[in-house]
Amino acid sequence: MYDMKALYEAESIEHAVKLRVEHPEAQIIAGGSDVLVQMREGRRAGKELISIYMIDEMRGVSLDENEAIRIGSLTSFSHITKNPIIQEHINVLGEAVDMVGGPQIRNIGTIGGNTCNGVTSADSASTLHAWDAIVEITGPNGIRRIPIKEFYIKAGTVDLREGEIQTAIIIPKKAYEGYKGHYIKYGMRNAMEIASTGCSVNCKLSADKKYFEDVRIAYGVAGPVPMRVPSAEEFIKGKEITMENIEGFAKKVLDDIMPRDSWRASKEFRQHIAVVMAKRALIESVKLSGGVI
Amino acid sequence: MSIGKSEIRVDAFDKACGRAKYTDDLCDKGALVAKILHSTIAHGTVKSIDTSEAEKIDGVVKIVTCFDVPKYYFPTAGHPWSTDPHHQDVADRLLLTDQVKFYGDDVAAVVAENEVAAAQAIRAIKVEYEELPFVLDVDEAMKDGAPQLHEKFKNNILAHTTIRKGDYENAIKEPGLIKFDNWYDTPVVQHCHIENHICYAEMEQGRITVVSSTQIPHIVRRVVGQALGIPWGKVRIVKPYIGGGFGNKQDALYEPLCAYLTTQVGGRLVKLDVSREETFVSNRTRHSIRSHIISWVRPDGTFVARKLECFSNQGAYASHGHSIVAKGAGAFPQLYPCDNVECDAYTVFTNRPVAGAMRGYGIPQAMFAVESDIDSIAAKLGMNPIEFRRKNLMPVGYVDAFSKNENYFDSFNQCIEKGKAYIDFDRKLEEYKNQTGDIRRGIGMAVFWYNTAVWPISLETSSCRMVLNQDGSVQVQLGETEIGQGADTAYAQMTADTLGIAFKDVHVVSSQDTDVTPFGTGAYASRQTYTAGFSIKQTALLLKERILKYAHELTRMPEYNLDLIDGKIVRTTDNRVLMTLGELSTEALYSLSHSEHLTAESTAQIKSNAYSFGCCFAEVEVDIPMCKVKLVDIINVHDCGRLINPALAEAQVHGGMSMGIGYALSEQLIMDSKTGRTLNNNLLDYKLSTFMDHPRLEAQFVENYEPTSAFGTKALGEPPACPVAPAIRNALLNATGVHFNKLPLNPHNLFSRFKEEGLI
Repeated sequence: MYDMKALYEAESIEHAVKLRVEHPEAQIIAGGSDVLVQMREGRRAGKELISIYMIDEMRGVSLDENEAIRIGSLTSFSHITKNPIIQEHINVLGEAVDMVGGPQIRNIGTIGGNTCNGVTSADSASTLHAWDAIVEITGPNGIRRIPIKEFYIKAGTVDLREGEIQTAIIIPKKAYEGYKGHYIKYGMRNAMEIASTGCSVNCKLSADKKYFEDVRIAYGVAGPVPMRVPSAEEFIKGKEITMENIEGFAKKVLDDIMPRDSWRASKEFRQHIAVVMAKRALIESVKLSGGVI
Repeated sequence: MSIGKSEIRVDAFDKACGRAKYTDDLCDKGALVAKILHSTIAHGTVKSIDTSEAEKIDGVVKIVTCFDVPKYYFPTAGHPWSTDPHHQDVADRLLLTDQVKFYGDDVAAVVAENEVAAAQAIRAIKVEYEELPFVLDVDEAMKDGAPQLHEKFKNNILAHTTIRKGDYENAIKEPGLIKFDNWYDTPVVQHCHIENHICYAEMEQGRITVVSSTQIPHIVRRVVGQALGIPWGKVRIVKPYIGGGFGNKQDALYEPLCAYLTTQVGGRLVKLDVSREETFVSNRTRHSIRSHIISWVRPDGTFVARKLECFSNQGAYASHGHSIVAKGAGAFPQLYPCDNVECDAYTVFTNRPVAGAMRGYGIPQAMFAVESDIDSIAAKLGMNPIEFRRKNLMPVGYVDAFSKNENYFDSFNQCIEKGKAYIDFDRKLEEYKNQTGDIRRGIGMAVFWYNTAVWPISLETSSCRMVLNQDGSVQVQLGETEIGQGADTAYAQMTADTLGIAFKDVHVVSSQDTDVTPFGTGAYASRQTYTAGFSIKQTALLLKERILKYAHELTRMPEYNLDLIDGKIVRTTDNRVLMTLGELSTEALYSLSHSEHLTAESTAQIKSNAYSFGCCFAEVEVDIPMCKVKLVDIINVHDCGRLINPALAEAQVHGGMSMGIGYALSEQLIMDSKTGRTLNNNLLDYKLSTFMDHPRLEAQFVENYEPTSAFGTKALGEPPACPVAPAIRNALLNATGVHFNKLPLNPHNLFSRFKEEGLI
């Protein structure tokens, strides 16, 4: 039994925006795998909810006219993993969201909820950062699209303004074409886990597969919000594919990341793991791209 | 014969189909809902409680606080009562308390029309505390000047017991001895049974009925009586199917409070459904035990003298208390007998959640220390760990002076041989020595000591009732409860074979009701098949005698020429079937000349106990840079005597191994040193191992029929959890050369040890 003041069921995006304007204090609920847990814990007890879960137009993965990958915000993790477009162009995203919780959570949880939470540990977030994703937001004044980096304001806060809802996540063609990537989730067990640290790496190799044309790396739980690691990216760009360069790249991440000490894991431990993950994820990305180390 | 066959569990279909009724399924949906307000300080006094805001909330029926409840101190441990006051458990609990002893102690309770109103009222109650300094650590708690939890127990020491054998001080003077001196630490873990504790209570005719998810209905009846200060006969406890207990429900948990709450709302039905978060903090946990082992060894690998000191963290209240660490200390001189031994076991109160019974009852902790130590010593002596064990293990024919347990068979070696063969131990032990690189393999093993039941420490008794139906089928009732382990099925098999009827014709009454079920103390101590076996056999023989006596009336044949075989009355002189048991039973109940309700009921006095031994072998793959251990393969081998039901025995072993895997690799409850609050009291942050963390679990058996047992069987409930953690730890030693002395072997501990050893 949930301590819920009211539940408003949105029937369309337009209706959802209208409900958001009418009930500015209400919490948006999609799959509910976070909101209902928090409500049970008393953190959101007595709140009003706006459910967007029935809006089917916000579900599914497609390629738009510019061949950008468009993922409706209500698309579940399990649907993303099994989607052919994802598997062809950005398989790592499907792999990353397949590490969320357990099968039940992956069936109910949505990528929109995963990002709108604003938490640093979200399994989708580091990969979306590493692939230069664009967030589509719909509000009373129409649609705006912003880079995912700007969507995250601070821990638990994202750039959703009055009356707005997140309607899609878009990966532009130039962000995915020619790139292959790998995600490593570090947890204390192999399922039902929130990442202690998550690392998503992808790369684009030169035509002869001997040089790194571009490398992108992002972390979850290396700071208050998911983050890219510019120092490491700059270090490796244009360099030859050697173990020495990969290890240099991995060590370079320490210049940018800022994990914290908590009872869940120490800062020192997270830093150590972050370096190991960067190295291993890049090696795997090189292999996926047809390179040899 | 049914014994020895993997009969399908008697409750399998109901449980698989969702028809089996558990406490919450049985509770009327109109029940009032109770919730408990837990303290938000670790130690101190409740000065005042303001319930005025809470009482205004719509749906709140009654609020009771620590200032309202009667002051009858009661013990909670699920031990049989002792009529000797010196052997009674410590009575240190009240229904609610103003003397807070841990973060999560019970301060007030709300009864409301629904869950939401109850939760809102709990949040609206304001408590004013006077805080006292608190202590979480055993070493600190024993110091002079440390915060004191209970007046009667100086330096917070609940008990200190010793074992002395030979002359340790003199023995260690022998020249040429090698000394080994190591400390071992085990964490606080929790049972994590699927069904949290839940109970509901109501009144009828001046008596209180409590339906509860418990392992020990007859014991809970006594404790509720003690807690409320009412005659025990005024209390009736009903135990339906339960979703696991593992020892947590071998305590009176919230049945006394729930019984009290119904008396405060005019006897209306009150349900108390404990959340997972509360289960972790405000039920019971496994004792964290710190062990110090000193061994004096000759270069040939024989022990000359050994010393064990162990310190058990009891938490805030006595519960099962010293029994846990005492069991581990008692095993120490037996597993590897040595002429000169000194043991000192301490149980110490701290301001932590209360530790109680948990599967293995002190032995998983003791085996982690003892069996890790054995491998560390063997490694330093350069000996094969199994050869080193064989030089020192309990020999065949060994008799323990106190329990009179005898090691009748060569169980240890027989189990070890099976385990070695399955996992290819000798080859891998050599192959995995001196590896380099990031990813390494390791192989390890451990044996364990266990015994069955609680005799002679405590009463062992079992009562059984059998009632014959018109069709020749039989109802069986026992006080030893079905808690998921499959006891009902084993009882049906035992009854069928002893009586001479088919397994399908035995109906075990699964639920216990203290008003009608024969007295028995419940399910614990891996004792159900052993103890209930005696009363089942005795009662079935009694019933059979009565049936044959009646058969004599019907057939005019002498009883000594009659037998009951496969549900038929057989004349043994020519094996002629004279009638079926069904025909006899119908006649017995409806006879116009002599009708008789054929039943039997008896109590068995059990004055024996039995060793139950075995081992675990584990293979791991260690990712050194990632600080991770992956369990690759694992086998447990047990000699639990005769297997009543091989499939159920195997399932029991799988469950225990799973619990051992979590204990080894990931589980621990973490308390905040600044506040005493438990930080990870949920199934996300408490790393219970999932099946994604398990390899295939292999269970094998050696069947040496136990001579003291009614059916040749002995303990298997708890033993599987006992050897797993040290086996995995020893595999990690084999893989990396690093001696780990602290559980769990999780990434945090691997990171710090690998850094110390220069591996990362």
